[in-house]
Amino acid sequence: MDFFYVLMPIAGVSIFWPGLIILGVGVGIIGGFFGMGGAWMVTPGLNILGFPMAFAIGTDIAHMAGKSLISTMRHGKFGNVDYKLGVIMIVGTVLGFEVGAQMVMWLERIGQVEKYVRLLYLVLLSLIAWMVFADVAKKKRKDREAVAAGKEVDKLSTGIEWHKTLHKIKIPPMVTFKEAQLTCSAWLPIFISFATGWMAGILGIGGGLIRMPALIYFIGCPTHVAVGTDLFEVMISGLYGTATYTYKGRTELVAALIMLVGAAMGAQVGTVATKYIKGYGIRIAFGLAVIGCGVSVLLKLMAKWFPAWEGLLDGSATVLILGLVAAMSLYIGIRMVIGAKAEVAAKKAQISVAK
Amino acid sequence: MRKWWAKITGLVIMASLLLPEMVLAAGPKASPLVIVADTRKFTGWEAWWTNLYNESHFYFTLVTIVIIPVVGLIFGVVADIVMTWIGLDLKSRELAEH
Repeated sequence: MDFFYVLMPIAGVSIFWPGLIILGVGVGIIGGFFGMGGAWMVTPGLNILGFPMAFAIGTDIAHMAGKSLISTMRHGKFGNVDYKLGVIMIVGTVLGFEVGAQMVMWLERIGQVEKYVRLLYLVLLSLIAWMVFADVAKKKRKDREAVAAGKEVDKLSTGIEWHKTLHKIKIPPMVTFKEAQLTCSAWLPIFISFATGWMAGILGIGGGLIRMPALIYFIGCPTHVAVGTDLFEVMISGLYGTATYTYKGRTELVAALIMLVGAAMGAQVGTVATKYIKGYGIRIAFGLAVIGCGVSVLLKLMAKWFPAWEGLLDGSATVLILGLVAAMSLYIGIRMVIGAKAEVAAKKAQISVAK
Repeated sequence: MRKWWAKITGLVIMASLLLPEMVLAAGPKASPLVIVADTRKFTGWEAWWTNLYNESHFYFTLVTIVIIPVVGLIFGVVADIVMTWIGLDLKSRELAEH
């Protein structure tokens, strides 16, 4: 059994390495598919594997940087990354993070930080889930109305179109984003990234969970471009995170590399799966993931309110998150295999017809 | 437009240099606790690695931030080769809808 354990050189603990690879695969699939880092999934997983918390964050960020690079490369080849938009958004994200971090310090001084952060997280996740499913319902209604009126259903139709109102604000300079297929004031992505960065700074998360829907609903990116561009942002923040956490001595590179082996495979599956799933399919799956994440945060909050049930509620939150990661990964993996098989079969059929 | 781009790029580089901790993912700041790796348990590259950690976090960081993207890049290229061999088109995606 010793074969399955590897001694971490810095942390000095033995870790079950297949567990790190499985965790990496799951987070890689979900990260590549939804365009997020996935720290909210990795931390409970590392905890279960017995990883010391002092190293968990730095190790998670280090593997995230490598994984996001792989996903960004792949999404870039599909034309899903708007680098210009990504670079502009970094400005707002950085400034927003600073303001958010300062607010957390202020909340810490008045001793309310954990309560407010968890509550804000819960409100935010509820809003995102509502936004996604309201959008899906509106699109379905539009499609039904088109069918009832005897018109052809518009394949490019969308539900919520708040971005169209925001695009009417024409404060110079106006910028055209080729991959995202939109023209808007440069201040719009700067402001949106500031707001999402601010929230991420307060919540202590990477921000992919908030930035991806913001790119769709407020900036007007197609779903696939939102996923790819968000991964580009995650990659840059991940590299930063790796540098600073490692400088503080909080990164276990061996664990990060083992996770990266799994995440590299997972990221490919997740990213290629976006090729076979329509934008609204990604949105619905994302909405379900957000609901799962929200329920787990609620369970964590309840564990604080009912100390007698703390163990059970905390354990349930962890099981829920890991169960969600497993179920989503399986679904995305199956869709990727089905799509890839169909593509290869179609190519073979084309070749045989040509002959 | 070019001037504007130059300004934006300058601002991004400046922000990147001056505010490195603001774009970090996940969680609380690391505590000021000093952790020392136990080099006695290791030989070979692992001993070198733990010694590097104990002697200079700066060089340890440099090596780490080089290794992570390089390994990511290698995995990415290998996966490209494998997927092209399987017959998947990695350069385009037919679905263009939102």
